[in-house]
Amino acid sequence: MKAAAFDYLRPASLGEALALLATHKDDCKILAGGQSLVPAMNFRLARPAILIDINDLDELDHLRADAGQLKIGALTRHAAFHRPVVEGPLGTLLAKVVRHIAHYPIRQRGTFAGSLSHADPASEWCLVATTLRAEMVAKSARGERVIAASDFFHGTFTTALEPDEILAEIRLPIMTPDWRVGFYEFSRRAGDFALGMAVAAAKVEDGTIREARLGVGGVGDRAIRLGALEDQLVGTPASSDVIDSIDRIAREARGMIEPSGDIHASPEYRRDLIAASVKRALTEALA
Amino acid sequence: MPDKRDVTLAVNGKTYAVSIEPRRSLADVLRDDCGLTGTHLGCEHGVCGACTVLVNDKPVRSCLMFGVQAEGKVVRTVEGLADGDTLHPLQQAFWENHGLQCGFCTPGFLMLAAGALQENPDMSDDDIKDVLSSNLCRCTGYQNIVKAVRLAAREMRARTRA
Repeated sequence: MKAAAFDYLRPASLGEALALLATHKDDCKILAGGQSLVPAMNFRLARPAILIDINDLDELDHLRADAGQLKIGALTRHAAFHRPVVEGPLGTLLAKVVRHIAHYPIRQRGTFAGSLSHADPASEWCLVATTLRAEMVAKSARGERVIAASDFFHGTFTTALEPDEILAEIRLPIMTPDWRVGFYEFSRRAGDFALGMAVAAAKVEDGTIREARLGVGGVGDRAIRLGALEDQLVGTPASSDVIDSIDRIAREARGMIEPSGDIHASPEYRRDLIAASVKRALTEALA
Repeated sequence: MPDKRDVTLAVNGKTYAVSIEPRRSLADVLRDDCGLTGTHLGCEHGVCGACTVLVNDKPVRSCLMFGVQAEGKVVRTVEGLADGDTLHPLQQAFWENHGLQCGFCTPGFLMLAAGALQENPDMSDDDIKDVLSSNLCRCTGYQNIVKAVRLAAREMRARTRA
């Protein structure tokens, strides 16, 4: 239960860090919060030859609203979201979601960007990024590129990031006050990985849903955006009969996923959980 | 094998100059290199919370940080809680309320609660339970731990006002 030997590098600037990544590529791992990487190293599931500790890089330590987007720097810890970081529905949603991420001390160290780079299928932030159509800013010594969330996640623990790239910033669209949001997660124990979860958001104007976001996580190899169901929600009146629409959409969500079974839950159970999660997240947002 | 690094750590107001491999966890550095064995190691992968210490006032798992990362930071362990022979209000409350049985998890719970109360001295009962759910007590004495933290929080608020 002790990590294997590695060489420890602590660059003082982002430029220096990117040069180190360009040199060492697959031989190195980036150390930010370390709340997933270090357990994997202690178990010897991960044995990077080199760790590049980015914790001194002030360029990556920011969290600000700018031009309609919430810009989350790579060193933003989960705990930063305990209180709403931006006025309106987005800040409320993030503050609700963060309570489900591991435990208090883990949230003091672990980072938003680290969760996305790690790409655990049960990660709450991966679900939020996918559902709310985040943009990922990847930097390397070669330059910078912006990756859409839909192109970023390739599967369990796999992303579009190249070995010489760092996820420097995540951009989430800030929702106007006419958006309504909901989140529901089921796990066996407080702070444990989600067996099923759903995030829902809807923009309501004149009593009608004009735009919708709906995604589920904890099933499959990555978070899933339910685009077909989002389309069904658009145009629906957000009145008392919305309950009927929610019931129908929850039933349809059940058939749109193909979860695998394991020691924690059967595929059938997971489908039920997703239906219940979708229903509860949508109900919180709309009913 | 990578060379050892010379690192200076600030723990409980004292300075420790140690020579350590980068792979050595902060918990092992505290215990084996600084001789501060109050910090306990249970699971060594961030689940049990026995090794919780404060780093720059935040409770963290010292098994999930490397000792080299603590350079330039302020570390506080359970040895730094009491003021001489006077117990910290949390220690006093754990003692008076039977907040420990075997005592193995106690340093972690104390540092967890100390850090959380520093951030929010007015935690509700739900907040307290949420924070304390971070750590495991294999004697399962959770009710008295919650009770002790609740009473210590009250005592600490009273002292602040006084």
